[in-house]
Amino acid sequence: MQFKSMVVSNVEVSPGYFRMRMTAPKELEKTLPGQFLMLKVSESIDPLLRRPFGFFDVGVLPAEYAGGADQTYAEILFKVVGKGTKMLSTLHHGDLVDLLAPLGKSFNPGPAGEEKLLVGGGIGLAPLYYLAKELVAKGEKVRLFAGGRNRDDILCITEFERLGVETYVSTDDGTLGESGLVTEVLDRHLAPGKRIFACGPTPMLRAVAIMAERHQVPCQVSMEAYMACGVGACLGCVLPGAAHTEETPDYRCVCKDGPVFDSFELKWS
Amino acid sequence: MHKPDMTVELAGIKLRNPVMTASGTFGYGAEFAAHLDLESIGALVTKGLSLRPKAGNPTPRIVETPGGMLNAIGLQNVGIDAFITEKLPYLAKVDTPVIANLYGNTLEEYGEVASRLDALSGVAGVEVNISCPNVKQGGIVFGTDPAAAQEVVRLVRRNTKKPMIVKLSPNVTDVVAMAKACADAGADALSLINTLTGMAIDLDRRRPVLANVTGGLSGPAIKPVALRMVWQVARAVKLPLIGIGGIMNGRDALEFMLAGASAVQVGTASFLDPGAAQRIAAEMEQYLVDHKIASVASLIGALEV
Repeated sequence: MQFKSMVVSNVEVSPGYFRMRMTAPKELEKTLPGQFLMLKVSESIDPLLRRPFGFFDVGVLPAEYAGGADQTYAEILFKVVGKGTKMLSTLHHGDLVDLLAPLGKSFNPGPAGEEKLLVGGGIGLAPLYYLAKELVAKGEKVRLFAGGRNRDDILCITEFERLGVETYVSTDDGTLGESGLVTEVLDRHLAPGKRIFACGPTPMLRAVAIMAERHQVPCQVSMEAYMACGVGACLGCVLPGAAHTEETPDYRCVCKDGPVFDSFELKWS
Repeated sequence: MHKPDMTVELAGIKLRNPVMTASGTFGYGAEFAAHLDLESIGALVTKGLSLRPKAGNPTPRIVETPGGMLNAIGLQNVGIDAFITEKLPYLAKVDTPVIANLYGNTLEEYGEVASRLDALSGVAGVEVNISCPNVKQGGIVFGTDPAAAQEVVRLVRRNTKKPMIVKLSPNVTDVVAMAKACADAGADALSLINTLTGMAIDLDRRRPVLANVTGGLSGPAIKPVALRMVWQVARAVKLPLIGIGGIMNGRDALEFMLAGASAVQVGTASFLDPGAAQRIAAEMEQYLVDHKIASVASLIGALEV
């Protein structure tokens, strides 16, 4: 659905990274972890297109704290990378944005009782918080592996810890947590009977997908791509499927067939 | 005042209003059913169809530019067979004319796709994309050479009795010469403009942003160029025209009609507002009400110069 939404708060949680809360219609409460929204930051034609963001959180502010009526909200976590996100970072309480949501396929939580391993690289942490919240609510054991270049890229870790998620942090330069790649830490925890949910830069996802296959652990990845429409029409956001060749094309739309894929669905080489 | 008459006729196809969807921006229609009423628009133009499925280009395929976007999708499509079995049955249930956009990698393919489409009752007309490289003749684009364009259009004409729209490329020195060539070859209507070739560069990486290096520019940035070309062609050929290029609202659409277009196509706008085509038709109607204009057709070519 398409709707106008009011910015409730927009906070710089780490240098260059913002967490923004917006009002949302009640229907958004049905949003599943891994789904995304398309946001138009202004009515101007520059920037022209919407920007895709995973849901960091969806919730309801109860009536007694929201002025007499329940208020549904949605949150995104974003990094300032260009003109659109720069403008987005200047919005504050009371500003309006136009949203198209919820879009795309969600994470499949898998059977109960498995250990759920969440792997996030930098801003890739964004869709994992809402997933962690849902998994914890179901009573699942959840571990989070968060990686980044330095401490500034490790976002909202305390939020995960407040849920009771066991967190493992690693940075390339060792300024927070272990020194090294998030995949090295993850590798030590992989064993059958666990399930991976990963989001982050493509090289990280590729490493996680290969690792998951080696350990026979089911793995879902949430992919990112340039996209214009978010509804499967522009074909700008495609990725090659596992069996893709030039002669037998098998392109998947990140917006419609994803953004969450089983790692074996995609071509990683 | 009575409701204004929004209908227009295009090469024998009756449209409930002048707003069509542009090929390649509206999928095969079903993608947008959740976002607008498909029976509120004038006509629906499909993604460009080829004889065989086409993979399209590697990614990145799109990039935003000020007031517009570049795309190099590479004509990815399901191919004519899958269109008939998987896409057309859905469209047949929608009470809106379906225009099948077609292209070929060779001259022969154009003829073959046209003849396959000619047999389909669910297709009201065809739109020929001549902005494709002629693989057999060294990749020269059919649509940038009047003689080559004429050859393609003649061949499609021989292979279809359906109303035939030819979509013109703006990447030419003289769009009027192209328009005349297509008219002489048997086109029933012309749509213009296709995207303008452009490119974007990532300075820091010293690389082109698009994997294909160049792409087609669309969006509000190209509207002035499109208006100028529609106006020029309208004065030179008698065929009905469909105006395309950066139409974002009802006023934009009506400007194209003043310039000489009988109908318009909405493209990039559908990407940022999936309900754009329906909204634009409503905005056009509201303009007519506000200005006490009885019929939208009365605005076609009504520009006062």
